[in-house]
Amino acid sequence: MTRDQIKEAVVKALLGVAPEAQASALRPDQDLREQLEIDSFDFLNFVIALDKSLSVAIPEADYQRLATIDACVDYLAARMQPKAQDGAQFPEKGAF
Amino acid sequence: MAEFLMPSLGADMEAGTLVAWMVKPGQQVKRGDVVCVVETQKGAIEVEIFESGTIAELLVQPGTEVPVGKPLALLQREGEVLEAAAPASPPGPAPKAPPKVAPAVLPPLAAQGRGPRASPAARNAARELGVDLAAVTGTGLSGAITREDVERAAAARPAAATGPPPPVAPAAPARAIGMRQAIAAAMSRSKREIPHYYLHTQTDLGRAMEWLRAENQRRSVADRLLPVALLLKAVALAARRLPEMNGFFVDGAFRPSAEVHLGVAISLKDGLVAPALHSVPDKPLGDLMRELSDLIQRTRRGGLRSSELADSTLTVTSLGDNGVDSVFGIIFPPQVALVGLGRIVERPCVHDGNVVVRPTVDLSLSADHRVSDGLRGSLFLAAIDRLLQQPEAL
Repeated sequence: MTRDQIKEAVVKALLGVAPEAQASALRPDQDLREQLEIDSFDFLNFVIALDKSLSVAIPEADYQRLATIDACVDYLAARMQPKAQDGAQFPEKGAF
Repeated sequence: MAEFLMPSLGADMEAGTLVAWMVKPGQQVKRGDVVCVVETQKGAIEVEIFESGTIAELLVQPGTEVPVGKPLALLQREGEVLEAAAPASPPGPAPKAPPKVAPAVLPPLAAQGRGPRASPAARNAARELGVDLAAVTGTGLSGAITREDVERAAAARPAAATGPPPPVAPAAPARAIGMRQAIAAAMSRSKREIPHYYLHTQTDLGRAMEWLRAENQRRSVADRLLPVALLLKAVALAARRLPEMNGFFVDGAFRPSAEVHLGVAISLKDGLVAPALHSVPDKPLGDLMRELSDLIQRTRRGGLRSSELADSTLTVTSLGDNGVDSVFGIIFPPQVALVGLGRIVERPCVHDGNVVVRPTVDLSLSADHRVSDGLRGSLFLAAIDRLLQQPEAL
């Protein structure tokens, strides 16, 4: 999956929890919770949506690495390619 | 025959717009079934019926705005035989409140007789609050009904309106009140009537967060718990131990509630709603999470049920996600207490004689001095704190 596809999935998941937001107005480098005014429930639903669409289980300890859209894409791209340099840190889904 | 009335979904609702019927004439319904959807300032609400029977007639077309307390449908009660005096088929539209009619929306308040003596202010209040004047006991001159009598009666039945519309000219087709006005009315009433006292404490969440982390590692993504589930459960269990925090102040007296239904303040774009999570002390944390998630979704996207807007016995407000440390709330009448949860934040604490960094949360209590004193309030907060030190027992 390309970074653009991952970004698309991230934006789709975000719009799922903040339906009044506009995709074009989202700033990829700005804090998600701040720009979308989402709370911890919304954030959990965002993580659940990513789990469903990308089959990536995100451990709770990694939530802090999902602060912006750019950060989400970086994190997910790394997690979805376990053969990348730090792949050993990112076992396949189900290991958690 | 019983009337199914436009319910009062909160003390400030004047009218609602019928959006859709979920039942047809001739259909059997049982207590708790959703029979229609009503648009209010709190969004589209699924309205439940409080009696079992057969829908005899729908009196109102979708799209119609209907004042609180006005009949929406006629219900033939279970086992009810139409009396000889009544025609074999239900009467035509909007009957003029036949004497045998009792409200189907709530336990009846002995609605009978019309045109009681009441002051103009009382009549206005009755219309605003959806109170049937015939069911109000007057305490004014020669037994006349005063505004205060009406407000007491309204507080006595928080769940829904009863009785036929008051015998005054129907309110000018009142436009749907804005949510802001509804909040203003409820909060002004609270500040006018309830002598609040406020308490605050800080709770060490170290054990709770540690337990939660371990628990969430065992759970799938969709089943993970948020700290708020632990906090709500602790509040509800503590409320069971300190019953004067949980119930309603009505007719000049406190009525404790055997059940703990927590109202959860949920923010919306234009305001907030605090629908109920039912029977919180008896539910496992996973169930609470699922129900809370569902409640938030339905609050924001429509589909709340009338019972969820009506029967909270204690409200919890949490502004932690938005970054404030503490919140001191205003009690939602006729409830008698409100718990405020702040942000979970790491602070230096003294733990086992050492200064260490621990996750903490500020707990606040706003409580009604007519019902409890600061000592009982502080025992309540202490009970919440103690429960949070044993997360595995929640």
